[in-house]
Amino acid sequence: MASKLTLSNRTGWTFALPGFALIVIFVILPFFFAIGLSLTNQRLLSPNPTQFVGLENYRQLLGLAVVTLEPERDDAGELVRNEAGEIQYPRLRKITRSDDYPQYRGMREWFRWQFGENVMVVIASDVVFMKALVNTFLFVLVVAPVQAGLALVLALLINQKLRGINVFRTIYFMPVVVSIVVVSLLWRFIYDGQNGLLNSILQGLSFGLFHPVDWLGSPSTALPAIMAMSIWQAVGFHMVIWLAGLQTISPTLYEAAAIEGASKWQTFRYVTWPGLRNTAVLVLIVITMQGFALFAQIDVMTNGGPRDSTQTLVFQAVERGYGKQDISGGSTISVILFAIVLTISLIQRWLTRER
Amino acid sequence: MVINPDNYGLRLFVRYLVLSLIALIFIFPLVFMINSSFKPDSQLLADTSSLRAFLPVGDISLNNYFGAFQRAPVGLFVFNSVLVTGVTVLLSLLICSLAAFSFTFLQWKGRDVMLSIVIATLIIPFETIAIPLLLLVSKLPWIGLEGLEWGWLNTYRVQIIPWIADGLTIFLFVQYFKGLPGELIEASRVEGASWWQVYYRVVMPLSGPVLATAAILKFLVMYNQYLWPLIVVQQENYRPVMVGLGYFFQLNVAWGEVMAYLTLITVPVLIFYLFLQRAFIASIASTGVKG
Repeated sequence: MASKLTLSNRTGWTFALPGFALIVIFVILPFFFAIGLSLTNQRLLSPNPTQFVGLENYRQLLGLAVVTLEPERDDAGELVRNEAGEIQYPRLRKITRSDDYPQYRGMREWFRWQFGENVMVVIASDVVFMKALVNTFLFVLVVAPVQAGLALVLALLINQKLRGINVFRTIYFMPVVVSIVVVSLLWRFIYDGQNGLLNSILQGLSFGLFHPVDWLGSPSTALPAIMAMSIWQAVGFHMVIWLAGLQTISPTLYEAAAIEGASKWQTFRYVTWPGLRNTAVLVLIVITMQGFALFAQIDVMTNGGPRDSTQTLVFQAVERGYGKQDISGGSTISVILFAIVLTISLIQRWLTRER
Repeated sequence: MVINPDNYGLRLFVRYLVLSLIALIFIFPLVFMINSSFKPDSQLLADTSSLRAFLPVGDISLNNYFGAFQRAPVGLFVFNSVLVTGVTVLLSLLICSLAAFSFTFLQWKGRDVMLSIVIATLIIPFETIAIPLLLLVSKLPWIGLEGLEWGWLNTYRVQIIPWIADGLTIFLFVQYFKGLPGELIEASRVEGASWWQVYYRVVMPLSGPVLATAAILKFLVMYNQYLWPLIVVQQENYRPVMVGLGYFFQLNVAWGEVMAYLTLITVPVLIFYLFLQRAFIASIASTGVKG
């Protein structure tokens, strides 16, 4: 009887179709487009027909090799040194432009290190992409644990019974509703090198001993500065998710812990934390996905600079796909990005699975 | 157990002190923004080296606001954002709730597969499809007043239609609908109500909380849109507020006007948030059931 009443193929399809069709056209189709386009040389507007190029785009991005440079020796086999006594090495160009090594053609130096007498040079087909890849990973590796941890601390602070606690919750959450574009612009004032707010505060606290830093202008501080701001902006979001998790833990467990005479730490370790397992997985996955999508902060604050120290995958995808109208290059980065996000969320799920 | 009143009072004081100091960290950029919007440029920049940055002191006026309106079509940008956000939120509520209604209460061939596909799209971040989607929308057809035309770039529809349906919204509705009493729906069917009537006479009136949640989440996404309009809208006629910001960085930058513009586009959202803060926080919390 009930099944007759709820069985309806035509109505079922009619109701679900608009939503489903929109998702197919604007999410699933472009997703497969990305994979397809990454195998071509498609441009946004081009007079030439699109060609299938196989994995060439991936090779262009991911090409990586290590070459060893041996020191220059004179005819007697002695090391050649310059006036300062430094060992001389052949120029990298001799390898990357030589016909003897066609596989290294067009590759450029990413970084090098000394290994005994020799110098090892890591060369990449696309150094900017490599920097973007490393920066994005660094960003996620720092932001995920710090943001999740701080958010949990805030959630525990907010979860106490105090008069007016909701006022604090409302304030901590406030940056979440403000656009990241607005936030990024405001933080440019905080990070300014001359009379930025952060420098002023640090100088005040250190009685003038602190030397002003151009936070966004130097390669060593630009990415950490953006990390700090991103943590600040979204920590309230994750605080709320942790709070929702905290509220699912039964109060009787806390009563039992109190009766057993558990310390605050023991209560957290054996009652609170086990109850937050699913929440922890969710928070980490969400932060990871948000982290890999890092774009607006970069676009507003640094444009990838200084010296490519804040390049990210999405920023590169947009710069190529939109800025240079190289749709296939942008799509290739997108596919690599998706593969990374998928792998990491599967690993996170596996590591935190129920045992 | 005897509680020493002084000790208790002190501990309470320390607690509030810690909470307040943290609150300052979260609020100071916004205080700076609002106060700076009333200051002339020279004073604004000089004040950043002292606490005056956070106080409405010195030469206070509304000049920056007049300047901002003169420099850029602020009204147009706000109108565009409100239009795009409003239309998308309404259509999204309708289309996603209909789909979720069908997924939850009706039985039909292919339903479970379709729902799994919808849920699976949750792991596709928008940023990974933005570039191929740009190519797609640049070639899509549209039937307008002048007949068939090709390409969606520089329109309102390109900012609205791709954002109407999404996995998360449908998922939130499905979760909520599962909690509604199934007998109610069956009873209405027995009494001869059509499915459409069940949807809007029985289920929708019971769906206040999930409608609020879905609307707030969509509102936040849409009003704060940046990457998508940046790449699909080059003409200022269709630009939303966040992309319109770029207008203030052509030629010489007047920081006071920038602050006035930021205040104009942010404070209404903050007021909206302060009035509905419980609903805002509940809507973020409800995305947590995903785990």
